[in-house]
Amino acid sequence: MKIKLATMTAVIALCASAAVADEVRVYNWSDYIDEALLEKFEAETGIELIYDVFDSNEVLETKMLAGGSGYDVVVPTGDFLQRQISAGAFQALDFDQLPNSANLWDLIKDRTEQYDPDNAYSVNYMWGTTGIGVNVAKVTEILGEDAPIDSLELIFNPANIEKLAQCGVYMLDAPTEVIPAALTYIGEDPNTFDVDLINKAGDVLLAVRPHILKFHSSEYINALANGDICVAFGWSGDILQARDRADEAENGVEIAYNAPKEGALMWFDQMAIPVDAPNPEAAHMFLNFIMDAQNMAAASNYVYYANGNKASQPFLEEDVIGDPAIYPSDETLEKLYTPVAYPPKVQRVITRLWTKVKSGT
Amino acid sequence: MKRLLIGVPFVWLFVLFLVPFGIVLKISLSDIDLAIPPYTPTLEVSDGWAGVAAFFSALDLENYIFLTSDDLYWKAYLSSLQIASISTFLTLLVGFPIAYAMARAAEEWRPALLMLVILPFWTSFLIRVYAWIGILSTEGFLNQFLLWTGVISEPLTILNTNTAVYIGIVYTYLPFMILPIYATLEKMDASLLEAAEDLGCSRMQAFWLITLPLARPGVVAGCFLVFIPTLGEFVIPSLLGGSDTLMIGKVLWEEFFNNRDWPVASAVAIILLLILIIPIILFQRNQQINKEAQQ
Repeated sequence: MKIKLATMTAVIALCASAAVADEVRVYNWSDYIDEALLEKFEAETGIELIYDVFDSNEVLETKMLAGGSGYDVVVPTGDFLQRQISAGAFQALDFDQLPNSANLWDLIKDRTEQYDPDNAYSVNYMWGTTGIGVNVAKVTEILGEDAPIDSLELIFNPANIEKLAQCGVYMLDAPTEVIPAALTYIGEDPNTFDVDLINKAGDVLLAVRPHILKFHSSEYINALANGDICVAFGWSGDILQARDRADEAENGVEIAYNAPKEGALMWFDQMAIPVDAPNPEAAHMFLNFIMDAQNMAAASNYVYYANGNKASQPFLEEDVIGDPAIYPSDETLEKLYTPVAYPPKVQRVITRLWTKVKSGT
Repeated sequence: MKRLLIGVPFVWLFVLFLVPFGIVLKISLSDIDLAIPPYTPTLEVSDGWAGVAAFFSALDLENYIFLTSDDLYWKAYLSSLQIASISTFLTLLVGFPIAYAMARAAEEWRPALLMLVILPFWTSFLIRVYAWIGILSTEGFLNQFLLWTGVISEPLTILNTNTAVYIGIVYTYLPFMILPIYATLEKMDASLLEAAEDLGCSRMQAFWLITLPLARPGVVAGCFLVFIPTLGEFVIPSLLGGSDTLMIGKVLWEEFFNNRDWPVASAVAIILLLILIIPIILFQRNQQINKEAQQ
């Protein structure tokens, strides 16, 4: 994959120098858009859309910091966006070219300001929570009817996870999301920079580590849907997509998602334009297209993630806007915390801890 | 003209090996920074001589010293060496009989057999590794087959373990082992074996005394072709391996992508290269001395 990506970037870099005005290159998360929207954009604007995907913020960030990625629109998560803005990776948006930005939802804009002051560099694409997806039948078979499927107890209490190991547990390979969850489990501030507390959260993870089959940030969608695994700690919409795929396959697998009741991480994926984007004008057109109320609603209806677009809400299907796992109640919203960007020294502690959690070394 | 031709491999080595090595070495001596690119100092050629001087005065070895402060790196190197050695041995074990059978097959069959070995290369490497996920997963073909035949009653957990990594590596690198061994065995003079049997050797003895020593250059070449890429392998362990499969390729990825620490990542890469190159140079020098001694 690395090789493929490298050649891809090289090819893109070569082409970028000869960028034509009728091309826009978008780099978004995998399984994150209704492909029909991409065709609609091409039909409406006559601009050729080249759409690539990634499955980790780290990969995107490395491309941004290396410079010359050749992409016009990228979609980093809030805390990563914040760091990339300070590295000078993005250009300020020209809101005159974005009339649809009037559709944005103030509630979300207020929360994304902590990453992007005045929301000058980015607009929200989707947001969601990080929580627990379960194969209901398998988990209740093992832990009984009152299995704590809406609690961090399910994945961080060794007594529970030890039993669940027989049917397979996956966890996100994203230290900046799992470590805050472990901090929440032991009753500490999920956003702490205190290395001792972070190591205490590490002890929780080290205790459950032997029972986790794999740390991975995208494979769990299929694994859950196929019934290969029974528990995944992952992103809300991905787990709901797994639920959907299992329904479509009619394989008898029933998936449920819950944001942990102790408090869950709320993340924001923000669309931004790299400072060296070959075609910023087309990039603005793409952003404006996505912020159209109906287009945004179509995207959410497809991927089961909430969006930051107030005007899109009347167009959302009932199983999206009416599902508290996607649009949480105000009461739950209160309990959601937003992550912060770590300084390099703390980041190193976290990465090292994560390696220890994953490999035991 | 002759000199020009000899020069081609040197130009190749210089452009595709020495220059990138120099760049990586340079980054390994600099410091992490939040910028594009994320390290400092960068070489400012536009400042002329002063820029170059400033660049060199700021270089130090702290990234290499850092590598010694954490046992993770040594453990990852050792674990990679172990995985690479075992995989090479397993590939040899599987590859030698195949190459031997191919070389002993009727002459008109050989091109077809050779084709069959090369054929998998026509499919993307990534797709072939993904196919193993489908075969090895708990609900995968292998488990379904074994359950159906009644060999096992509970599905085996193979995917996401080191076993899956070994299977993936042996499968992927098998042609690199078969081809050089086949090439040496095919060239072997069959009359040597006849002579050995005339002189009272059993077929087994003839194999040990004649075939195996003559196949040695092919075996050595095959082992190098498998061992070297396996040591730095990243794709197979990350797709088929479990979270506890510790390999230097993964550590390098984490330094580069999670810590955004290009300098430390480069230092890891330089050490990996040295670990590879020094034994190879020593081995080749040894071979050379042996050869001269024989002559």
